[in-house]
Amino acid sequence: MAQMTMIQAITDALHCELKDDENVLVFGEDVGVNGGVFRATEGLQKEFGQDRVFDTPLAESGIGGLAIGLALQGFRPVPEIQFFGFVYEVMDSICGQLARMRYRSGGSLGAPVTIRSPFGGGVHTPEMHSDSLEGLVASQPGLKVVVPSTPYDAKGLLISSIRDNDPVVFLEHLKLYRSFREEVPEESYTIPLGKADVKREGKDISIFAYGAMVHESLKAAEALEKENYSVEVVDLRTIQPLDIETIIASVEKTGRAIVVQEAQKQAGIAANVVSEITERAILSLEAPVLRVTAPDTVYPFPQAEAVWLPNSKDIIATAKKVLEF
Amino acid sequence: MVSKKIQQFDPVANLQEIEEKFEMFQILNEEGEIVNQEVDLQLSDDQLVELMSRMVFTRILDQRSISLNRQGRLGFYAPTAGQEASQIASHYALEKEDYILPGYRDIPQIVWHGLPLWKVFLWSRGHFVGGQIPEDVNVLSPQIIIGAQYVQTAGVALGIQKRGKKAVAVAYTGDGGSSQGDFYEGINFAGAFRSPAIFIVQNNQYAISTPRELQTAASTIAQKGIAAGIPSIQVDGMDPLAVYVATRDARRRAITGDGPSLIETVCYRYGPHTMAGDDPTRYRTSETDSKWEKKDPIVRFRKFLVAKGLWNEEKETEVIAKAKEEIKVAIKKADETPKQKVTDLIRNMNDGDLPYNLQEQFEIYAEKESK
Repeated sequence: MAQMTMIQAITDALHCELKDDENVLVFGEDVGVNGGVFRATEGLQKEFGQDRVFDTPLAESGIGGLAIGLALQGFRPVPEIQFFGFVYEVMDSICGQLARMRYRSGGSLGAPVTIRSPFGGGVHTPEMHSDSLEGLVASQPGLKVVVPSTPYDAKGLLISSIRDNDPVVFLEHLKLYRSFREEVPEESYTIPLGKADVKREGKDISIFAYGAMVHESLKAAEALEKENYSVEVVDLRTIQPLDIETIIASVEKTGRAIVVQEAQKQAGIAANVVSEITERAILSLEAPVLRVTAPDTVYPFPQAEAVWLPNSKDIIATAKKVLEF
Repeated sequence: MVSKKIQQFDPVANLQEIEEKFEMFQILNEEGEIVNQEVDLQLSDDQLVELMSRMVFTRILDQRSISLNRQGRLGFYAPTAGQEASQIASHYALEKEDYILPGYRDIPQIVWHGLPLWKVFLWSRGHFVGGQIPEDVNVLSPQIIIGAQYVQTAGVALGIQKRGKKAVAVAYTGDGGSSQGDFYEGINFAGAFRSPAIFIVQNNQYAISTPRELQTAASTIAQKGIAAGIPSIQVDGMDPLAVYVATRDARRRAITGDGPSLIETVCYRYGPHTMAGDDPTRYRTSETDSKWEKKDPIVRFRKFLVAKGLWNEEKETEVIAKAKEEIKVAIKKADETPKQKVTDLIRNMNDGDLPYNLQEQFEIYAEKESK
């Protein structure tokens, strides 16, 4: 075991997979000799060579096409999109092509591609760096979407994503890259995709969250605990497909729930979680399922992040509304 | 001072000089005469006859596909008549291990590369079995998103290069497609990685109703290769020998490590854009049609082969009969393919276990289908 930040855990997962499977290729803008703009691929080119870890021209669509073509030649590509705000340039390759490869070929061709991309607010990035666009890809049949919130989860989920024989979008929250350390096993291990994780057990209310909002939810849970509320925090980890079993079991136990996301209310995936709960567990609900989200504006100018991004205070307020309904 | 500077660097003269260098490459003129004696064809008599047979077969395939479409026995269909030299002669320069990424009009190339005709008909109708590619056939299904095949070709070519195979990846698009971002990104990526790709632009003069001149101010599409720093050539796309030689030479450069090439074939489609209601009389004249009909690749190649004593009416009739028979058999096989069920479609979404949502929906539809 070693103490790792999330970014170190990601590098470690890439290292494990590059070592274990010669078909794994890591590429993108500045991921080679530079080791990535966030050092996620630090040292990998030096160890595995330019044939395995390499830079590309600056063109996201081309990177997506490259990944598809390499997959057709039996490789297991792990391309990087420098910031997920740039996904619009490569929407066709991801949603129009990659996601459909197995279906359009009647199951005869697969595309085992893992797209890594950072996103997320709270670090004053320039325009189009921090937008939460996971809702766009989560709505595309044929894709799995993973958003880890801890170093331990990041490593196990990334290894699983790379080993998955179908495309996975793996979204890494910028604020969580180096915000804390955690014990992470040095050897290879996997966490199944589509499995949520109960980060804190409780019996009065369930909070479903992912990404940076998991930590805000844990903070909120602690504050609510002081007011004698027992709060369960479920980290979704994979937002498409959802772990229905864990979500419903938690709601059936607590009878109350909120869903927390950093994305705008009209975006993200919170509405999906609410729908699933109302379809499957309405008879367990003591109150409506409310959402904590950002307002439905464009992502804020950096100086306005603090007033715009949802935080533990918003979570506490919404949880109380549900608890006192 | 000012005039001196202009003398040193004149962008207008520079452009003219570049564009003048892109002369159209031709071997066989409209009369079926060799006009370029310097080129060594390296094609045996048998190969020449085989190439002609494939072109005739493909013309019949087009005629039959159009009438089958009109009878409602085929679905989506993009006519190919007029493009036989561009499609078939370029394909004839390829080997089995080469990988083809076709556009939606490039059915003939993937058929000659080994995709069974009945599957192609199923693809036209919209049946998943039409997309199931046999393991030993290196093609993708026709690409509907114009340009996507170009960036994917850069990836396949890089994969071929990394595997150390002596093969190429080949993409086709049309003149309109050369305006897409993915067109440029594809040729530029392949150039940057020096990977073995051949990018073919079939300039058939129109993107639906939009004429070639409205796509770009560039006097040739071939010169767009300069932007990627890759060799490029404009060929007479109605001349099977010129298309063959240009593709063969691009392939040789690619497999010896010299990187990708761009080939513009100047050709014409006699029919509509697709069979989905396009009416070419709205945007082009019968004079234009007849001007291009005089350039017909099959007519000129026939003249060439007849003069060499390699082709006659009997041979052509034989090919036509064979084509019609094979098409009949393929349509019958397509007819016999079981209808698609929602559970089939669900099963084709993932490798291995279905995610919960699809598992649930699978059960719902399995129940429906059992009734």
